[in-house]
Amino acid sequence: MRIVFSRVCLCLALLFALTPALAADIDLKPALSGFLSASFSSTEKSIEALARSGAAQAPAIIEALQDERLYYSGASGTVIVKARSGALRDAATDAPVAQAPADMKPVRLNNRLRRAVDAAVGALTLMSSNPARRREAADAVFKSRDSATLPTLDAAIGKETDAAVLTVLEQARASIYLAKSDATDAQKIEAIGVLRARGDQDSLALLSAAASGPDGIVRTAAQSAASSIETRLALWNNVQNVWYGLSLGSVLLLAAIGLAITFGVMGVINMAHGEMVMLGAYTTFVVQEYARTKWPEMFDYSLFIAIPLAFLFTGLVGVAIERSIIRFLYGRPLETLLATFGLSLVLQQAVRTVFGANNREVGAPGFMSGSFHLAGLEITSGRMWIIAFALSVFAALQLLLRFTSFGLRMRAVTQNRRMAASMGIDTNRIDALAFGLGSGIAGMAGVALSQIDNVSPNLGQSYIIDSFMVVVFGGVGNLWGTLLGAATLGVANKFLEPFAGAVLGKIVLLVFIILFIQKRPRGLFALKGRAVEA
Amino acid sequence: MSFTRRNMLHAAGMAVGGALALSAFGASAAEDTIKVGILHSLSGTMAISETTLKDVMLMLIDEQNKKGGLLGKKLEAVVVDPASNWPLFAEKARELIAKDKVAAVFGCWTSVSRKSVLPVFKELNNILFYPVQYEGEESERNVFYTGAAPNQQAIPAVDYLAKEEKVQRWVLAGTDYVYPRTTNKILEAYLKAKGVKSEDIMINYTPFGHSDWQTIVADIKKFGSAGKKTAVVSTINGDANVPFYKELGNQGIKATDIPVVAFSVGEEELAGIDTRPLVGHLAAWNYFMSIDTPENKEFIQKWQAFTKNPKRVTNDPMEAHYIGFNMWVKAVQKAGTIDQDKVIDAIVGVKQANLTGGVAEMLPNHHITKPVFIGEIRADGQFDVVWKTDGLVPGDAWSKYLEGSKDLIGDWKDRKCGNWNVKTGKCGGA
Repeated sequence: MRIVFSRVCLCLALLFALTPALAADIDLKPALSGFLSASFSSTEKSIEALARSGAAQAPAIIEALQDERLYYSGASGTVIVKARSGALRDAATDAPVAQAPADMKPVRLNNRLRRAVDAAVGALTLMSSNPARRREAADAVFKSRDSATLPTLDAAIGKETDAAVLTVLEQARASIYLAKSDATDAQKIEAIGVLRARGDQDSLALLSAAASGPDGIVRTAAQSAASSIETRLALWNNVQNVWYGLSLGSVLLLAAIGLAITFGVMGVINMAHGEMVMLGAYTTFVVQEYARTKWPEMFDYSLFIAIPLAFLFTGLVGVAIERSIIRFLYGRPLETLLATFGLSLVLQQAVRTVFGANNREVGAPGFMSGSFHLAGLEITSGRMWIIAFALSVFAALQLLLRFTSFGLRMRAVTQNRRMAASMGIDTNRIDALAFGLGSGIAGMAGVALSQIDNVSPNLGQSYIIDSFMVVVFGGVGNLWGTLLGAATLGVANKFLEPFAGAVLGKIVLLVFIILFIQKRPRGLFALKGRAVEA
Repeated sequence: MSFTRRNMLHAAGMAVGGALALSAFGASAAEDTIKVGILHSLSGTMAISETTLKDVMLMLIDEQNKKGGLLGKKLEAVVVDPASNWPLFAEKARELIAKDKVAAVFGCWTSVSRKSVLPVFKELNNILFYPVQYEGEESERNVFYTGAAPNQQAIPAVDYLAKEEKVQRWVLAGTDYVYPRTTNKILEAYLKAKGVKSEDIMINYTPFGHSDWQTIVADIKKFGSAGKKTAVVSTINGDANVPFYKELGNQGIKATDIPVVAFSVGEEELAGIDTRPLVGHLAAWNYFMSIDTPENKEFIQKWQAFTKNPKRVTNDPMEAHYIGFNMWVKAVQKAGTIDQDKVIDAIVGVKQANLTGGVAEMLPNHHITKPVFIGEIRADGQFDVVWKTDGLVPGDAWSKYLEGSKDLIGDWKDRKCGNWNVKTGKCGGA
């Protein structure tokens, strides 16, 4: 049904696309009338009628429908196109509409109509002067595989000058030939060759459909092409899994690295560490809310503003916690654990009271949304930036510890507290600052995590166990250990998940860590030193 | 881990102890009120969903009082916080019934919390109204299920996908606990009965709060590119949904390619997501905020006025409480008493207009009749209803598609039995 409809629609759409000049003043009122009722079937008829009309403004109307910029007013019986600038025009007469009617409502689409509209727009824009639009159009035709598009497609291929677009256009043609029942074997074999060269999941889908067709040379060729793509994809799949693992590892690293300082360096078991991450995420939310209302053009940069703010805010909270609670509990790990656990509950409930129990929306800036292909890999931009961010935080921290006087003092206190004190280092001050540093880094992690997880009062809880796991596995007190531990656990997790499932995978990993700790109680990298306390 | 949980229990216990002292103090002041228990988590993981239900109950009770109360007495809400802690649910339920002497309790969200309070309600013979869609396979004398049973949500959703979207390959993705496992078992049996082959069904479970969906979404994508139309049926719970949808958006899976139909994602959950990449993904519910009826408009208005927030959204379990509370009021009026035994007998057959233009009826199996709607996510976080059942669907306590339960019915009217076997004509299951 859908295919028949979209074919009719496309066929006619093409007709008027090629002859726009002939049909400038056609009465579109009857064609548009279907948009006035809220039913999908009449909308469908209207799209069809609109395409048949051959009117010059029809492509613009269908495009408006695709972008959800098409409105209707039942009372006045008009269909209204809202331009990207926000200006309103009557779809039938193309005359400007001065005032939006009170009952103006958007024309509704469902998935079926959305696919039809996408295909129609694709066919209409194959001849666009903009290469990017032509590419989109070619992709749309590749998806719709509508044989009615063939004549336009051939014409477009003949005129195409951009090599990249040409490839996609040819692939679109190949996908049509392969699905077309009356194509010759030679055409199909050629199509298989083109799809084999494309070699992605989508071509595999087409080829495996052809590989289960009737016997003959086409079937054999499709089978061999499908299996070659399968082998190739299986190989890339492993590389992709490594990438996923590194990405998970970077999240673990971000969450754990602050803990590596407070737990690793200072020996404080801070159960409220996760809540610092959560506070960082809420800082992002507050910054974004502010940007949204007061400074919308800054929205894309809101994360860059949120990072230092989150660091400062959670850092200060950390110092306050250290000064008011933890400093009285040094050397009493059990009490510290209990006190910080209680604190984590207090912080959670405080955030719940202030911001509500619901998730808060943190948007992704433009450069962090979407994905791109790199050879056989699919890389999501958000994840890539998080990996980069995690590594730069790690590098910055290493530099801080190695090349600043604060870092030197901190290392001295870590290695031998009493000796450091007798050399004139104010250990109390170093403790407070180190705790603030660890908390501040957790806050920055929260900014990154707000991009991939819920911003809710429970955000921190899901990371606290994982963070401890990473720090213990990597070796307490060693940042390199934390880095390696996070990457190992991330990659191991992602390789286990497809075989064992997410639940069992996690259990296997936990068992592995328990066994590993039995063998090497100090983790991957044990800190060497003469007087590591506790 | 156990260490942590024990501490949580202690902390929660103390907090609750304080609240109790307060409520007990208040109780002695007014003897001639009817008390209504509200058993929803206000802290912990489930607070995200349950806090709203506590608020809606307060609003309903407040309204009933403005109308003159019940049987000439004012209603009084007794709110406790079981803190998302399943054993604590049972303790709190016992307190509500034994100590506060409530006439009925409205509460619970997760199935495990319902199972945990069940023995208490049976032992002390009180009434629980349970407002959330659940896995079915249960019909208890003391519980009224005002949320959807699987045949009022999952099965119609799958039918819609098969019919309207021509789906042939199915991914059943869920969080690893009782509701998704049972629902998926029913769906798997149903799909196989309809001729879907096992290789066209992929079942995947993830832990609570799962946040790294990269490999699973990639797997779904791979599964979906076998040349057949694929859809995901999601019973993924609460918190894990946001990262799941974000990953779908990031990996470029659009609703027009692989639609996801969710049973646990409503207006409240979408309030925390940027919904633009999700346009067209589906949800199946018995109520949507966007449904344009005078009753719904009035309800939304009252709710936003009550919460003093013009942006507050309404959702399906809220409507379930609305129906359940009004049914209870009617049953008490019919029985002329709050005596639980009489109310339980009186409530079967009680009718109450729902918010979407139909009339819900309490059935002998303690489930209600509901319309089923399929909505597509809009860019503004609301749902656009694209399909609905012709009439109201009566809730089945026992699934027709599972071996052990297809011969069972719940009938508390004539047979006084929750698991009557129609084949053997005996009470007590298979």
